[in-house]
Amino acid sequence: MERAASIIKVEHISKAFGSNVVLNDFSMELLPGENLVILGKSGSGKSVLIKCIINLIEPDSGLITVLGKNINQLDQDEMDDLRADIGFLFQSNALYDSMTVRQNLEFPLRRHWTLEQRVRDAKTAILEALEDVGLAHTIDMMPAELSGGMRKRIALARTLILKPKVILYDEPTTGLDPITAREISNLIVKIQQKYQTASVIISHDMNCIRITSNRVIMLIDGKNYASDTLENLRNNPDPKIREFFD
Amino acid sequence: MVFKIQGPFFTEIGEIARFTSRFFREVIKPKQEWEEFINQCYWIGYKSLTLVGITAFIMGLVLTIQSRPTLVEFGAASLLPAMVSVSLVREISPVITALICAGKIGSGMGAELGSMRVTEQIDAMEVSGTNPFKYLVVTRVLASTLMVPVLSSLAIAISIYGGYLGVNIKGEVSWSLYWFQAYDALSYGDFIPAFIKTFFFGFAIGIVGSYKGYTSKKGTEGVGRSATTAVIVASLMVFLIDLLAVQLMDLLGLT
Repeated sequence: MERAASIIKVEHISKAFGSNVVLNDFSMELLPGENLVILGKSGSGKSVLIKCIINLIEPDSGLITVLGKNINQLDQDEMDDLRADIGFLFQSNALYDSMTVRQNLEFPLRRHWTLEQRVRDAKTAILEALEDVGLAHTIDMMPAELSGGMRKRIALARTLILKPKVILYDEPTTGLDPITAREISNLIVKIQQKYQTASVIISHDMNCIRITSNRVIMLIDGKNYASDTLENLRNNPDPKIREFFD
Repeated sequence: MVFKIQGPFFTEIGEIARFTSRFFREVIKPKQEWEEFINQCYWIGYKSLTLVGITAFIMGLVLTIQSRPTLVEFGAASLLPAMVSVSLVREISPVITALICAGKIGSGMGAELGSMRVTEQIDAMEVSGTNPFKYLVVTRVLASTLMVPVLSSLAIAISIYGGYLGVNIKGEVSWSLYWFQAYDALSYGDFIPAFIKTFFFGFAIGIVGSYKGYTSKKGTEGVGRSATTAVIVASLMVFLIDLLAVQLMDLLGLT
């Protein structure tokens, strides 16, 4: 059977900050429709990895291909065009404090939609994205008026507004209570099923990983140490892997 | 010790120079952020008007009251409107307005952009395909460059009016005589160089405030430090530009 073309392909990337090497010859592949979890200790370079994928951080060496495009060879305009197909959910949500929920969701449309399109379709798109996360009633609220879980959902709605083909989640359940964390994890699965998106999820929340993952990559010592389903990794006798589950 | 200070100092100067050159590269690129620029003009210009107006009025009033006894001693009380207007137009109003703006606008930019940086809002803008430098920095620097001269011009008018009240506290000078004497003492050589230097004040305040905020690091502590250093460096820049402007005017024979 022919293998599907990968959505993201990371080949032998390395990244160091001074003498601190965080990624060391790391490689991975994300397949269409797949939820791939990157699991690793705090400070192991998980967030650096997805920031390299979206080109917020430039790797020292290696190759990253997203949706068939080598991001190292793209100019700024081409990269911005590609970013319309990549959603990014920040760990801190990164909602614009000075803007309402509506303006937060409208913001990504400025670059990727024409003025005519925005006037005609923005309201519908914003409401649809807010309904996806169950928060249509917050449209005119400010981020400061929302709870932590609501802010996370609004950030997710902003990520969904352009209907990206791939979504990168940076620790989506960190700082949330267990119930809200489970709701966010279920939402990630719902989005995957509804929009057929492929996702890279950075997490060390075992419940989130159990609910969302199709496959898990263990990021240890800057390398892709192991890649398998959560169940198989749980049963792996390697002491470095066992540390995460014991 | 000296070498320890020099390293970071020159690095900082180099970084600000690089930031400024990026500003000039970005400002000529097409697709300006007009909506945000107008929004910033409103915040920088209109929202500073009350503070600048009150300060200018008090400045004019106090300068007149303080100068009067000395001029009376030399029998030159009639020169009071002329002396006050020349001082206010050439130096005091532009510099004090710029210092107020360095405090209000510089710290505001440092804190706002700094908190946007540490909460990843600037990264979020970049990810959404918007050039954050153009959206946040270019609009703020342009608005500051444009609004500081406007505020300074208004401050001049208000402070001269304050001077009128100051003259009339202990004497009696008619409204028309005061304005005639005040304006008679002024020439274009007083107005134009003072007006031109306020553009440089505004530009320096915008660049320093934006630079400190945009490059903020180390969480909330870094944001506080950005806001504080933005005010210090911007105020220092105002004095340095003023010094250069005075020297230049002197060389051109405009003093």
